[in-house]
Amino acid sequence: MTLSHQVNSSNSNPLQKHRINWFKYASPPVFYPLAGKIFPWFFAIAAILAILGLYVGFVLAPTDFQQGDAYRIIFLHVPAAWMSMFIYMVMAFWAGIGLAFNTRLSSMMASALAPTGAMFTFLALWTGALWGRPTWGAWWVWDARLTSELILLFLYIGFMALQSSIDDARRADKAGAVLALVGVINVPIIYFSVQWWNTLHQGSSINMTSAPSMAMTMLLGMLIMALSFWAYAIAMTLYRVRCIMLERDRRADWVGSLMHETTTIQNDRTEQVR
Amino acid sequence: MIWTSWSEFFAMGGYAVYVWGSFSVVALFMAGEVVLVRHRTKTVKKQLAQARRVGSAMTAGRRI
Repeated sequence: MTLSHQVNSSNSNPLQKHRINWFKYASPPVFYPLAGKIFPWFFAIAAILAILGLYVGFVLAPTDFQQGDAYRIIFLHVPAAWMSMFIYMVMAFWAGIGLAFNTRLSSMMASALAPTGAMFTFLALWTGALWGRPTWGAWWVWDARLTSELILLFLYIGFMALQSSIDDARRADKAGAVLALVGVINVPIIYFSVQWWNTLHQGSSINMTSAPSMAMTMLLGMLIMALSFWAYAIAMTLYRVRCIMLERDRRADWVGSLMHETTTIQNDRTEQVR
Repeated sequence: MIWTSWSEFFAMGGYAVYVWGSFSVVALFMAGEVVLVRHRTKTVKKQLAQARRVGSAMTAGRRI
């Protein structure tokens, strides 16, 4: 046994050896390449699951005997609505962490999540309108579920507008975090609105009156699409947070050396071509 | 297979406007978001490369 090994084992306890330092990943120079490695895989997973989900939803799932083929909007509507609420919670979480621990990357994650969350909220409302028209006879009704989902869209837009209206990025993060955290109250209101109030919107369980095997393919298609949207949201957030890191840290050394690396690699390549 | 023909598939039992109106807009928005962020990334990288060139030109000028 070497001396250094003995010193090492006597000084540190075995638990500490295997502990991962999570704060290491909270620094943009470390996280930037890591996110770059991860996000293409999640885009690929999202694409594969979307193809699979659409196959289940359009080929395997039969026509609903009450709603006809209009029910197929469920394969987009429910996953989009889930993502709109889930992304808001994750956004508020990162914004809150950024506010509490003053970690810049957490706040950047919140900023990166907001546009994707807003998009899913809009898509939930859009597909809901297109589903509501043939089944309820109305594009829109001012009931609890729909109104609270619309408020969620305004919260996302408010968060983004507030952040872009403040020039100082750190102050924008803090103001946005307060808004995001206050807005969290809306998420359980959306989720339980169908139970708390008398509403036109159907409950959490989907009204599928036919044989259980039929319900299974519908449910399966919906879950696969939800997983696809989830993978898409992860990919999109990592993709956007990389962009935000470059924008905010444009004067930082790590961005400078990163740009230097890419330009020298490009130069080497052109040298080789010559 | 529940569809007997492509035209039946596209008709969606009379709900074509609602079903395809949903799926096309969702696809458009999700693809559009990727395009927007790609453009945003390209813009910032271009700006960074430009700033680098200006910076190195300035240091070269100072040496003279």
